[in-house]
Amino acid sequence: MSAGPTVVEVKDICTRFGDKVVHDHVSLSVRQGEIFALAGSSGCGKSTLLREMIALQAPQSGSIRVFGEEVVGLDDEAALALRRRWGVMFERGALFSSLTVLENVGLPLREHARLDERLIDELAMLKVQLAGLSPDAASKYPNELSGGMRKRAALARALVLDPELVFLDEPTAGLDPLSASGFDELVIGLRESLGLTILMVTHDLDLLWRAADRVAVLGENRVLGLGTMDELSQSEHPLVREYFYGPRGRAAWEQQWNQK
Amino acid sequence: MPLPFIHSSVAGSSHCAVALNGAWVLSNAAELQRAVAGFAWPPGAVRIEAGELTGLDTAGAWVLARALRDLEAAGRPVELSGLRPEFAALFAMVRSKDAAVAKARPIPWLEHMGRNFVGHLEQVVAMLAFTGETAQAFLRLLRQPSRARFLPLLHNIQLTGFEALPIVGLLSFLMGVVVSYQGADQLVRYGANIFVADLVGLSMLREMGPLLTAIIVAGRSGSAFTAQIGTMKVTEEIDAMRTIGIAPMDLLVLPKLFALAIALPLLTVYADILGVLGGMMLAKVQLGINFHDFLDRFDRAVSLSSFLVGIGKALVFSMIVALVGCFQGFRVEGSADSVGRQTTVSVVQAIFLVILVDALFSIVFSRLKI
Repeated sequence: MSAGPTVVEVKDICTRFGDKVVHDHVSLSVRQGEIFALAGSSGCGKSTLLREMIALQAPQSGSIRVFGEEVVGLDDEAALALRRRWGVMFERGALFSSLTVLENVGLPLREHARLDERLIDELAMLKVQLAGLSPDAASKYPNELSGGMRKRAALARALVLDPELVFLDEPTAGLDPLSASGFDELVIGLRESLGLTILMVTHDLDLLWRAADRVAVLGENRVLGLGTMDELSQSEHPLVREYFYGPRGRAAWEQQWNQK
Repeated sequence: MPLPFIHSSVAGSSHCAVALNGAWVLSNAAELQRAVAGFAWPPGAVRIEAGELTGLDTAGAWVLARALRDLEAAGRPVELSGLRPEFAALFAMVRSKDAAVAKARPIPWLEHMGRNFVGHLEQVVAMLAFTGETAQAFLRLLRQPSRARFLPLLHNIQLTGFEALPIVGLLSFLMGVVVSYQGADQLVRYGANIFVADLVGLSMLREMGPLLTAIIVAGRSGSAFTAQIGTMKVTEEIDAMRTIGIAPMDLLVLPKLFALAIALPLLTVYADILGVLGGMMLAKVQLGINFHDFLDRFDRAVSLSSFLVGIGKALVFSMIVALVGCFQGFRVEGSADSVGRQTTVSVVQAIFLVILVDALFSIVFSRLKI
């Protein structure tokens, strides 16, 4: 899984908010076809790093290359071309509340592809089903959906332009364990069938064990550890150990162990 | 060069062969769809050769799957071969989904009209129910005065009354100038200059003052009530309040109602004063009537009842604005979008009702000769 070319390359990123340093020379790279996770405790700058990768926020210094193109300091027009090649699922879904699920999912197609209405609706419906929603959810408004369904609808919207790369921000946060494990399987399945590269930000240790090929643990403003979960669980760094061997980390690890 | 995307391949035997080529991807989807729709399928069983496909994504796979489904629905066996393994997995997955979207039935105009009417009727009933609930809450409060909440009341008076002083003052001053200016033109022809005091006094105190103030307050505060309550409803704060054991009526509605009932009449008095002041200043500039003569005439022309009629109307308007604003806030459903919609509705309805009630008052007062 680690043979592909590099899709995202982050080099020496420094970010500050006022006096508070968030990233101090953070570097990592994501290879094609892998499920890469950014982990770490709250406030360690995972989501900020994600926002910098998708050109919503600029770091103070450093370089981020996505598909070989520099993202930092990119103007809107050039960013548009890149944005069509990736999809983003936000933590709370960020579905437009005045549109139905089908319209939400079809919106990028309406904006960026010259297609007739019927094909747009059908492609949107296809993505709604790929994301594991039933067809009758498509005509509902976001506020009529449960949290898990909203996440799936958001995923469908992220996938609608057939992106090569998908960013997921906290895909399982706020889901019950059953929906969350359903989401793990969905993500893995989509990677297999659509050949996606997936970069996700998550706290969810179960998701990390089950889905992630490689994980970067952020903390103390830098990358504390980077590697597969097995490698990370051998890490000597106290914060990484704490992260993986805290009471909940222990449970997730044991569960993983028992499954093997 | 062969036809792009799909073409008949020259192959004999019993099956007619069709070959696919090019990149069947989203960026080509419109051309793909056209190519498939315009393609003359050979008769009989169809064999599709997909070995030359250079790209396939879900959009391309869907167009292909749809074409295959149409053929099979027409009773023609289809055989697809040569698909690259990575494409085959994707195609199989897309094929397993039926993404045809049933179009919603368009609503005929008569039904649309009927639904609208029922919707409005339902809203009127709900508004009456809300008024009743508010009255109940008020009676409860009378029985248990300790439930009264003074801090929200004072806060609301400041927001809706005190902070509206500049805009209400400026607009009513200008209104006084305008009324006086329009009147002056006519009165000067009859040499009846002094009657400008009657004109300004009566129109400001009876009509313009209360009406203008109510409309400004509906726009400023009625909308704010709706937005505040609506947002709290979206974020489930209202529900949280109920679970903690605080009646939203007590905390959100009654203080607003009382605050407006106090602030709006006071604002109206203020608007009356500045309106008459505006008229008086213009009378001096335009008609040469000095302040002493104006006020002397004003005193004789305008009775106390005219002033009280205006203040009484302001009290009624304040109830309308507060009730409509809160009512529409509670009608917000689920999303941020709905907050915006109900806020608009709240302002429009409040102004509509204020003007309607004002017209009713005019009729009643003229019958009663007040």
